[in-house]
Amino acid sequence: MKPSRLAECGNWVLNRFPVTKFWNDHMAQYYAPKNFNIWYFFGSLALLVLVNQILTGILLTMNYKPDAKLAFDSVEYIMRDVPWGWLVRYMHSTGASAFFIVIYLHMFRALLYGSFKHPRELIWIFGMLLFVALMAEAFMGYLLPWGQMSFWGAQVIISLFSAIPVIGDDLSLWIRGDYVIADATLNRFFAFHVIAVPLVLVMLVFMHLVALHEVGSNNPDGIEIKESKDPWGHPVDGIPFHPYYTVKDLVGVGVFLLFFATVIFYMPEMGGYFLEHANFIPADPMKTPEHIAPVWYFTPFYSILRAIPDKFAGVIGMGGSIVVLFLMPWLDRCKVKSIRYRGGIFKKALFLFVISFLALGYLGTQPVTPVATTLARLFTTIYFGFFLLMPIYTRWEKTKPVPRRLTKVKSFEDQLHEIEEQIPALIDEITEVKPVSTEIGHPAFKGAFFNRRPNPQGIVHVLSRVVTKLKRSLD
Amino acid sequence: MNNKGVDKSKRQFLTSALTVVGAVGSGYLAVPFLAQMQPSVKAMAAGAPVEVDISKIEDGQLIRVAWRGKPVWVLNRQPEVLATLKTLDSELRDPLSNESIQPPSSKNAGRSQRAEIFVAVGLCTHLGCSPTFRPEIAPVDLGEKWQGGFFCPCHGSWFDLAGRVYRGVPAPTNLEIPPYRYISDTRIMIGESSEEKSA
Repeated sequence: MKPSRLAECGNWVLNRFPVTKFWNDHMAQYYAPKNFNIWYFFGSLALLVLVNQILTGILLTMNYKPDAKLAFDSVEYIMRDVPWGWLVRYMHSTGASAFFIVIYLHMFRALLYGSFKHPRELIWIFGMLLFVALMAEAFMGYLLPWGQMSFWGAQVIISLFSAIPVIGDDLSLWIRGDYVIADATLNRFFAFHVIAVPLVLVMLVFMHLVALHEVGSNNPDGIEIKESKDPWGHPVDGIPFHPYYTVKDLVGVGVFLLFFATVIFYMPEMGGYFLEHANFIPADPMKTPEHIAPVWYFTPFYSILRAIPDKFAGVIGMGGSIVVLFLMPWLDRCKVKSIRYRGGIFKKALFLFVISFLALGYLGTQPVTPVATTLARLFTTIYFGFFLLMPIYTRWEKTKPVPRRLTKVKSFEDQLHEIEEQIPALIDEITEVKPVSTEIGHPAFKGAFFNRRPNPQGIVHVLSRVVTKLKRSLD
Repeated sequence: MNNKGVDKSKRQFLTSALTVVGAVGSGYLAVPFLAQMQPSVKAMAAGAPVEVDISKIEDGQLIRVAWRGKPVWVLNRQPEVLATLKTLDSELRDPLSNESIQPPSSKNAGRSQRAEIFVAVGLCTHLGCSPTFRPEIAPVDLGEKWQGGFFCPCHGSWFDLAGRVYRGVPAPTNLEIPPYRYISDTRIMIGESSEEKSA
C-alpha cells in the first residue's frame, strides 16, 4: 500500500528531526519505578510553575516600567486598569511562593529517599544550582514593584556582599550600579529577572532532566530498578513514563491548581506572607519600615543571618547554610538510600532538621527579641548539626535489610478507608456525654439535656498513643 | 601521500596558540562588559552637597535630609543626653571611634563638631537599614538597659545617641558621620568637609 500524503510528510520531518526518538527516549520508553508516591508529584509541578512564571512574566513586562519613578505606579496600573492585569499579576506573585513550596517539598523528597546519593550526585548538584538560581530570580523580581519591602530587602541583601573582606564594598557598588539602591539597580535587576536568570533556569532544568534520564529515577524503596530486567531489557519494576506517569501527574496538576486558584482568588496576599503589607507603600530611601522581613521562603536563611552577632560571620553562616546542602551526597555515609530502611538515628536527625528549618522560617518573619534570638541560635545549631555531624552519625547507622525488588505498600484509598473506620471510635474516646449544666429549651420539655464535650482523659490517651506510634516509627 | 604520518606537534602548537589568543581576547571583552555595570558618570556626579537650616530644630528633635540618596540625620541633643553618653563607654564596641568612619573634626566623645548638633548617615553599618530613633529611656520593648539611641529594626543593632555601636550586636562599627561644615551659626552644609575649607 502506498503511504498516505500525510505519513510521507511526517516521515520527511522525522528523517530530519527525530521527534519520535526523543519522545520514546524521554516519555514513552523511559521506564520509571512503578511505586512512585505522592512525593513524586513535585518535580513535574515545579515544571508547571516554571511555565506559569514565564507566561505570566512575559505578559507583565508588556505593562511594567522598570524605572524608579514609574515602577510602583505601573504595578498599580496593571492591578487596576489593565484588563485581567490583576489576575496575571497575582498568578505571577502567587506562582513565586508556589514555586518555593513545590521545590522545598521536592528537595525534602530527595532527603527522605536518598535521591541525592550515588549515582545521582549530579542530579542533586544541578538541582541545588537551580535552587540558588531560583532564589536569585525571586530576590531580583521582588525589587521590581519598588515598594518599601522591595527597596529595603534589596538594600539588606546587597549589603551582604559588602561584608566580604577587601573586595566587598566595590562588589556591592558594582552590583547596585550606584551608591544606594537606585534606578540603575532596578533597571539591571529587571534585565536579570526577565532574561538572564530565566535562561539559566531553563538550561539547568534541561541538565537536571538529562542527568535524571541517564541514571533513571530513584523511588521510595531506594533500590535501583535497572538491576532486575526482563528478557526485553526493560526493568521489571519499571513502567513507561507515558502514559502511566503523565496521567498520574495530571491528577497532581489538578489538585495543585485547586490550591493555586484558591490562593489567587481568595487570598492573593496570604496574610502578608506572599505579598508583604509594607510593599504597598512606595519605596522611601529615607525610612526603613518598622519591621522588615524577607518573603517567607527566605526566612530560614535570614534567621541564621540574624542569629549570628557578627557581620562577616553572619554572612558566612547564611551562605554556609546553603553550601552544606550541596555537600549532601558526600556528607551522608550511609549506603542505604530510603528512609524506609534507614536507622532511627537518621530519622530522628531528619525530624529535628525539619523542625529547626520550620522554626527558623517562622522566627525569620518575627521581630528581633532576646528570646527569639536565643531560639534562632539553638535552631541554627541544630540546622548545622544535622549536616556537619552527618558523616559521624550515618557511618554507624543500624539499617534494615533492603529488598531486591520494589515492595508493595497499602494504597492511599486503603489507608484512607482504614482511617475512616477508626474515626467513630476515636470520637467516642475523646468526647464524653454529659448533661448540660444550665437548663435550656422550653420548660414544657421535661427531662435532661445531654451534650457531647471533649474528654480530657481520652484526649491524653489518644495523644500518648500517637506519640508512641511516632516514636516506634522513628526507630 | 605522506608516509611519515601527521605532525601533531604543529597542530598542538596552533591549538594552544589559538586558545591563548582567544582567552586574552575574551578577557579584554570582559572588561567593558563588567565595567559597564559600574556607577555611571551621572550617578557619580549626583553627590552634590546639601544645605540644612538647623535653627528650627527643637530640643531633642531629629530631622532627616537626603544626601546622595541616603538619609542623613541632624539631631539636636540636650545636655542630659550628652551627660548620659559619657557613662556608656564600657558597653560600646568602639567608644573612641577608632575603627569607624568620620571626618577628623567629629572624632571626639560626642562624634560631632558642636556637641549638641549631631549629624550622621542614617544607615546601619550592618546591612544598611535605616535605624529608628528611640530617644526614650528603658522602653518596654527594648528593656532596662536602653539609654536612648538608635535601634535597627532589621537585625536588632543598638547605637547610642552619638551613633556609637553597642557590644554584642551584628553591626561592626559606629554609624558613619558624613563630612559637613558650618556655613553660619544656623546653617550647615552636608557633603563638604570643614577641613578642606580651613586648609
